[in-house]
Amino acid sequence: MDYSQFLFMHHEIGVLIVFLLVFLFDTFLPARYQSKLAVTSCVLFGIYTVLSFFTPLDNAEAFSGMFVTSPIVASIKNILNVGMFIVLLQSIQWNNSDHEVIRRGEFIELMLVTLFGMYLMVSARHFLLFVIGLETASLPLAALVAFEKKQYESHEAAVKYLFTAVFSSAIYMLGLSFVYGFAGSLYFNDIAVACGLAEGSMLLYVALAFVVAGIGFKISLVPFHLWTADVYQGAPTSVTSYLSVVSKGAAAFAAFIVLTQAFGTVYSAVWEWMLYALIILTITIGNLFAIRQTNMKRFLAFSSISQAGYIMLGVIAFNATGIAALSYYVLIYVVSNLTAFGVIQAIENATDKVDMTDYNGLYKTNPKLAFAMMLAMFSLGGIPPFAGFFSKFFIFSSALAEGSVAMYVLVLIALINTIVSLYYYLLVVKAMFINPNDNPIPTFRSHWTERAGLVICVAGVLLIGLVSCIYTFLNQAASVSQLF
Amino acid sequence: MDLSLSIITIFLPLLTFFVLGLLGMKMPKKTAGLIGTASMLVTTIVAYGVALNYFFNPDFMVGGVREAQLVFNETWLTMGENLKVSMGILVDPISAMMLIVISTISLMVHLYSLGYMHGEKGFQRYYAFLSLFTFSMLGLVVATNIFQMFIFFEMVGVSSYLLIGFYYQKHSAIAASKKAFIVTRFADLGFLIGIMLLAYYCDTFDFQTLMSNPGAIVGSSAGVTFLGCSAASWAMALIFIGGAGKSAMFPLHIWLPDAMEGPTPVSALIHAATMVVAGVFLVARMFPVYLATPEVLELITATGAVTALYAAIVACVQTDIKRVLAFSTISQIAFMFTALGVARPELHEGVGYMASMFHLFTHAMFKGLLFLCAGAIIHMVHSNEMDQMGNLRKYMPITHITFLIACLAIAGIPPFAGFFSKDEILVAAYENSTLWGVWMSVVAGLTAFYMFRLYYRIFWWSKPDYSHHTPHDCEWVMTLPLILLAVVSCLAGFIPFGHFVTWNGENYDIHLNWTVAGTSIAIALVGILVATVLYRKENSVPDRMADSVKGLYKAAYRRFYMDELYQFVTHKIIFGIICKSIAWFDHVIVDGTMNMLAHMTNNASYAIRKLQSGSIQFYVWVYFIGALLLGVVTFMLLI
Repeated sequence: MDYSQFLFMHHEIGVLIVFLLVFLFDTFLPARYQSKLAVTSCVLFGIYTVLSFFTPLDNAEAFSGMFVTSPIVASIKNILNVGMFIVLLQSIQWNNSDHEVIRRGEFIELMLVTLFGMYLMVSARHFLLFVIGLETASLPLAALVAFEKKQYESHEAAVKYLFTAVFSSAIYMLGLSFVYGFAGSLYFNDIAVACGLAEGSMLLYVALAFVVAGIGFKISLVPFHLWTADVYQGAPTSVTSYLSVVSKGAAAFAAFIVLTQAFGTVYSAVWEWMLYALIILTITIGNLFAIRQTNMKRFLAFSSISQAGYIMLGVIAFNATGIAALSYYVLIYVVSNLTAFGVIQAIENATDKVDMTDYNGLYKTNPKLAFAMMLAMFSLGGIPPFAGFFSKFFIFSSALAEGSVAMYVLVLIALINTIVSLYYYLLVVKAMFINPNDNPIPTFRSHWTERAGLVICVAGVLLIGLVSCIYTFLNQAASVSQLF
Repeated sequence: MDLSLSIITIFLPLLTFFVLGLLGMKMPKKTAGLIGTASMLVTTIVAYGVALNYFFNPDFMVGGVREAQLVFNETWLTMGENLKVSMGILVDPISAMMLIVISTISLMVHLYSLGYMHGEKGFQRYYAFLSLFTFSMLGLVVATNIFQMFIFFEMVGVSSYLLIGFYYQKHSAIAASKKAFIVTRFADLGFLIGIMLLAYYCDTFDFQTLMSNPGAIVGSSAGVTFLGCSAASWAMALIFIGGAGKSAMFPLHIWLPDAMEGPTPVSALIHAATMVVAGVFLVARMFPVYLATPEVLELITATGAVTALYAAIVACVQTDIKRVLAFSTISQIAFMFTALGVARPELHEGVGYMASMFHLFTHAMFKGLLFLCAGAIIHMVHSNEMDQMGNLRKYMPITHITFLIACLAIAGIPPFAGFFSKDEILVAAYENSTLWGVWMSVVAGLTAFYMFRLYYRIFWWSKPDYSHHTPHDCEWVMTLPLILLAVVSCLAGFIPFGHFVTWNGENYDIHLNWTVAGTSIAIALVGILVATVLYRKENSVPDRMADSVKGLYKAAYRRFYMDELYQFVTHKIIFGIICKSIAWFDHVIVDGTMNMLAHMTNNASYAIRKLQSGSIQFYVWVYFIGALLLGVVTFMLLI
């Protein structure tokens, strides 16, 4: 075996090194240093994130084509890194709180392991590797969701997550075994060829439906989304933000890779229409549920379901612009959603309040937090000139580039839903700025790590849309990545 | 100084805006003012360095032509195969000249405002807005493409809006700022449509690409005609309308007199020297394309000539000193437009273009000076009305002398700056046709008359009672800019402008045409003489003259009822008839549909709430049925 193949796995090696360093710190350094663990690992991960931007962007494959890297894949991993870094930064305060102190190391280590799994999902071109990645990215999350050991909700959420995840994996595997049945191989390339030949067989349809359902679970597409709200609400906020941005983003990328690389030959024959139905359902039902929520975390859970529908527009576009727009969307979704979660977390850490009615009058007492939250809501709602507008614009135009009437209808439905979503995003803004409150959240000063995280996110919300070179770069990376 | 340093002139004011805008309220007023002025000083030094390097470095002269230099040009938005919006810096003769004009006047105004705005509420905000304006104006003149120019055009409009409405507790100031913004914005709509037309037919926004072969561009769109003119002509005419709005050309001039509600230094900076010439600059920038559409140049000439005469007549009867200056500005800018309109390469090496830019330069200096003097006077007398003034030459000697120099300059008396530039404009007008030559000479005579009427009413005329508060010259921060600008107004005429700014970059010497020059001096002297006779000492002759032509006087005083006409059209016709019916449609049909949709959405949201039951068995059941249905239904539908 040629061991130099490992050198193509820059990101994987990098995250493993960070993991090992954190693990060694956690295990072997004396107790008096342990209070610095969270900050140290955040700094380590930050250094790795910055360095990873300088890794070479090449098309390369390793292990007889099981593992592939290309400019857009590397960019996707960089985007995930950015999200992960902000989540780590925002979790420091919570991680250092008294009741978490004892499990400080585990939290970070588990997170890093799931990130490793996500890398594999994006890079895999063989379903064995893909499933390993998927499970590595899923199972530790169950432990993370249950992290608040002494809280009942956290347990309930973890059980729900674990049970549905296992069920979904089973369905997914069943689908894969069908695929193996007619293709006789688990390499994406071989499957693509076999799919072309198997067109019209019932087996192909059921297999694809199960595969889509399996990935749809991770992205929380309707009707595979029912776990989302309960888990988001019960899990610690750091884990929720991780689930809602990094995990979901990675799954969206993986969906794009699997559907285009392994099943690209039956795009218009099969899965275009599956996705079509799922996107409409996801955006609409996510929105309808979001309207009635009063708990902020649950509210953002449904908002993130609806956002997942928009993200999938990049997949259904089925072209190089699609993946560029999708990556761009995820990047902007990362900063916007983490702004919202950053505010929620800061308020939760300081006052334990997560209800929307508690946010009434927030502007009077904590104007900066209210302002950051407002920007996040504007960006999520897609109001120009904030970043969310540009991401929506590009992802809609990538879907329209496909050119069929059906796609115009789909984008029209998505646009109408954008208007509905504005209603509930603005409800939050209204609560903070207009609604009166006799007993508002008192003025407090959040921890510096939370502020730093918010500053990064707000800067992203304000600037990413205007700095056009980011999208241009992603577009170029996508077009030289030999995806189509 | 290296041309690439010009980036500093753009970003330093922007940085200052952010610093003062975000942190201004936390620092003492004085610090904010000093930061603003210091940063403007650096900007000015760099701007001079860049401009002088460009004008005097022989490297930029290739084959006797001063070549435009593209210093930066980064693609910002990609709209199609060839259609790209860039952001960059283009240094060529006119933009280098504008760098000097803007930075000079802006620095003077920054300095002057330290005294004038002393103790005002919102002092820091004022300096932040000044920086924002300077940034936008500099970004406008160095734009490399018409889209960048449009963006900065709008930003200039916004900062002007903010500064006119600086005293936001005064109703008249709010109304004036809104009026300025809406009128110029309305004109910019024309500009935007023009840009889109041009981009559609030429497939580029870039100035240099457009300039390189304007004939072919016009030729390519000549097939498409609308109302007898080619698409290119329409595009260029619409772009001119945008410029005419910003430059307050008739009939879009109505906002400028009202804009005098802003602080007087702002009027000096924005409404005399820089922003209002943006339209002239726009036409000059695209001049080679305008040459290919001569009918639009005719339109520009006619607009300029009509505006010049109209504004000059109105200026003769106004009593608010800032309004006199405002109408005089409109009239002088109209001179510049006329000069551009009559310029043709075959006529005297395109002297009109050079004359227009020359006049822009000198006018910025002496008109800036006039406004700053007016500011000093208003600062002392606490009124804008002529009747409250008089005999001020005894009390404010420095202001008096500098004001007189500026008046002589604008009246066109040698050797002051205005003589040389105005003379070139008249030469260009006579070269084109005798009609425009005579017309503009008459306006020049009127200019001399109304300026000296103003001068005598302020500094001579009666002796009002100043006993409660004796006026005197202001502190040095306010008088220093007056003196500096007065020196420039004396000397600027001797700049051999033909060596620096010409329509195609080739140099030539300016020769005074003594027939034209002699006539114009004579006319100016007559104007001054009439003003001297009428207004040197308080007397009743002017009033009796006004009474004898009461109707005309009143019409001119009310600016020929242009504002009333606008009022009628907007309120009675647009708001009253058109908007009411649209409002009904909006309330009943649009809102009704939306309310119904909202109602339905809400009901749907309520109806499906059971789906999220919390029971995990149900979740898994839905998941499984969903996956199965997905496969089966697509199979049934697609096979």
